[in-house]
Amino acid sequence: MSSLSSQQQHLQENHRTENMQNEFTAELLSANQLQKLREILECGLPHVAQPYLAIAEKVSATEAQVLAQIEHWQTDGLVKRFGLVVKHRQLGYKANAMVVWNIADEHVDRVAAMFSSCPEVSLCYRRPRRLPHWPYNLFCMIHGTDRSIVLAQIDAMVEKFSLQDIEKDILFSFKAYKQQGARYGKKGLTNG
Amino acid sequence: MMTTLLTLLEQNIINQYQKGFPLCSQPYKVIADELNSTEEEVLSAILKLDDAGILSRIGPVFNHKKAGSSTLAALAVPEESLDEIAEIVNQFEQVNHNYAREHSYNLWFVVTASDDEALAQVIEQIEQLTGYQVLVLPMEASYHIDLAFNINFSQHQLGGH
Repeated sequence: MSSLSSQQQHLQENHRTENMQNEFTAELLSANQLQKLREILECGLPHVAQPYLAIAEKVSATEAQVLAQIEHWQTDGLVKRFGLVVKHRQLGYKANAMVVWNIADEHVDRVAAMFSSCPEVSLCYRRPRRLPHWPYNLFCMIHGTDRSIVLAQIDAMVEKFSLQDIEKDILFSFKAYKQQGARYGKKGLTNG
Repeated sequence: MMTTLLTLLEQNIINQYQKGFPLCSQPYKVIADELNSTEEEVLSAILKLDDAGILSRIGPVFNHKKAGSSTLAALAVPEESLDEIAEIVNQFEQVNHNYAREHSYNLWFVVTASDDEALAQVIEQIEQLTGYQVLVLPMEASYHIDLAFNINFSQHQLGGH
């Protein structure tokens, strides 16, 4: 995995070439400014009419620089989406099930692709087994308004994909102790 | 239990701007134009969603793989000490999600850090402070991520507390 600083160099290089045809002919942000911008963005935009301008003032940059940098992070894939992050529990999606499966390694990609085709599955990941305590290697997340609906959806998946003999477990959440955006920024300061 | 009723404007904002939030000088004005509203109304709708605890934030969701090091982790703790242990885990700013789940592994959280070494340190500190061994389950492959799913508002009543 590349370090933050080499990533930043990479970003800056891309940024430089893109700038030539970019309408924002902005100066590049320094490593410290990038770091600070990231920390501020991780906490969310301020709720003012010109949020990017307000952020730009905090990092001693121009609004155009801030906008160009965010666009750049999106193009680069560091930012996978930019927008509202909502708390699903508060919207009534209280039945949140993590369904874990023990799928033979040679079949896991194929089963994961089938799960991913189900609209009720919002996330699907492969993770390592930790034997003897944890035999499961495929995780999928289902958010629903009601426990019985989610259980019925899981039954339907088992039926549809003939997974009756597959070892699995369903872990409903019953309390959210913390739900916030990732804070990568803080520790990375020394890398800047 | 209080019931929060959302206006059509608020529902449209939630369903249409979980990704592709406008990157321009006056984003709320752009949203207002697209939703036949005004900048003031959009801003006050956002503030209301924030006050109601529905909005976590507006901003980037980083790609974990590119942004640093992260892992899902779990602890198996006695039910009576779950709240207490959860508080210890929550003290770490590197922990960004933390849920109680129905299983012998009953506390599930996500740890993110700038690199693998920093991540390992946090896990070790959590083990020392809680006295329990952490089940560490880093992502090996991501098949599907759709966190910006469409919320069907006609299906159910919205509940807050």
